Amino acid sequence: MSAAEAVTRAHRQEWAIVVAALARRFGDLDVAEEAAAEAFAAAVERWPVDGVPPKPGAWLTTTATRKAIDRVRRESRRDAKQREAWMLHDDEPAAPAGVIDDDRLRLIFTCCHPALGPEVRVALTLRLVGGLTVAEIARAFLVRESAMGQRITRAKAKIKAARIPYRVPTAADLPARVSGVLAVLFLVFNEGYLATGPESPPVRQELTAEAIRLTRLLRTLLPGNGEVTGLLALMLLTEARRTARVSAGGELIALGEQDRGAWDPELIEEGHRLVVERLATGEPPGRYQLLAAINAVHTAAPDVRDTAWPQIVALYDQLARLDPSPIVALNRAVAVAELDGPHVALTAVDRLGDALAGYHAFHAARADLLRRLGRGADARAAYDRAIALAGNTAETAYLTRRRDQLR
Amino acid sequence: MQYLVSVIDDRTGSGTDGEMATITAFNERMRADGNWVFAGGLAAPETATVIDNRGAAPVFTDGPYVETKEFIAGFWIFQAPDLDAALRIAAAGSRACHRRVEVRPFR
Repeated sequence: MSAAEAVTRAHRQEWAIVVAALARRFGDLDVAEEAAAEAFAAAVERWPVDGVPPKPGAWLTTTATRKAIDRVRRESRRDAKQREAWMLHDDEPAAPAGVIDDDRLRLIFTCCHPALGPEVRVALTLRLVGGLTVAEIARAFLVRESAMGQRITRAKAKIKAARIPYRVPTAADLPARVSGVLAVLFLVFNEGYLATGPESPPVRQELTAEAIRLTRLLRTLLPGNGEVTGLLALMLLTEARRTARVSAGGELIALGEQDRGAWDPELIEEGHRLVVERLATGEPPGRYQLLAAINAVHTAAPDVRDTAWPQIVALYDQLARLDPSPIVALNRAVAVAELDGPHVALTAVDRLGDALAGYHAFHAARADLLRRLGRGADARAAYDRAIALAGNTAETAYLTRRRDQLR
Repeated sequence: MQYLVSVIDDRTGSGTDGEMATITAFNERMRADGNWVFAGGLAAPETATVIDNRGAAPVFTDGPYVETKEFIAGFWIFQAPDLDAALRIAAAGSRACHRRVEVRPFR
């Protein structure tokens, strides 16, 4: 392995560990992040000359710690006593222990604290846990780099000023806080899988890959949490179909028309294994576990005609009890169309018109049902609405072709 | 670390007897827990006077510095080790006074 490859690998594996360890010791995310970045810059310079150190992670943490101490020393506004404590002791006493003691887990929970805005949580997590540069995050979310930089700087300032604690929540708070973390990771994944914006490529693989990597990390840290496992399974089973989902011409290919031979068998196998693992616990599944199970049923069918639709509708029924949102009802109706026909499904979909009038998928689903019922003019109008609201270029291309096929 | 917990309302002195009793009980608990620093209810924004003495002579203006439908009707100042603790206290305060509250750290 070349030195450059070693740095890339270390960045992927060690970034969050280095940032998290420094954040604990110095109690300052700014110092931690900048020192970590400096340490990796030093590795880029030194490793090709000196050779890759035997323990790259330890080298990076030591170097970053030295950089952080230099930085703190330069900043005169710091309290002298605190500075001395950082210099003398190898380790600050750990913050009051939560249920699980891991620096990276603390870092994730700090980045996803409910006192921060949802967009900010995403940006901070990608920067501090994922190690993406501000420029990369800005590009992913189609905002200017300076705006993203300000957003992250303000968030770190709030963490410091309001004293958002750097720790894993207590057992009582954990379930609620984990669901916030999962929401952030799912948001990153979805932005990658269904990228929005006329200039954006339809799929941002770097975002789906990063979301999966971070969810894997969270599962290592919280192996017993069913929803963490569920979300990972859901992501894997969705990612498995990624390459089959967009045509060479950049058009979305609907699930029923995808070349199933192009699905990734390894990801599907791993996803199925995780779903089965959760089923075996006998614990009632949460939202992500149910979505993963639905995707497991889809991916278990060698041909779309083999899909076990009754099972899918039953899973949606379970999901609707947990989450009675109109979007879940819409997805259930789409499955009902396969089981009970488009007429029954259309009745269910039409009931959601008030709640989902601004949601492109509602109009797309309606358009498809109207098409199947032979109501060409109504279908065309519904496709028009869907096209106007869809943000994903592949989806727009697909909907436009379906509309133009109607006569 | 001290936090200002502002009570957001569109009226002042509007607490019912039942609400006042709940608030008193909450305050007692905060004193017992060692979080209590200070609290008070404020008179209506119309009672405010804005003073600008940056120029040659002080200028007194009737009314609040900013007109809004909602305003700070009262506040607590709590001592808490970090934001999570402050948010727990503020959530209990919101429940006790049956109003929305805003939490801000002192610098």
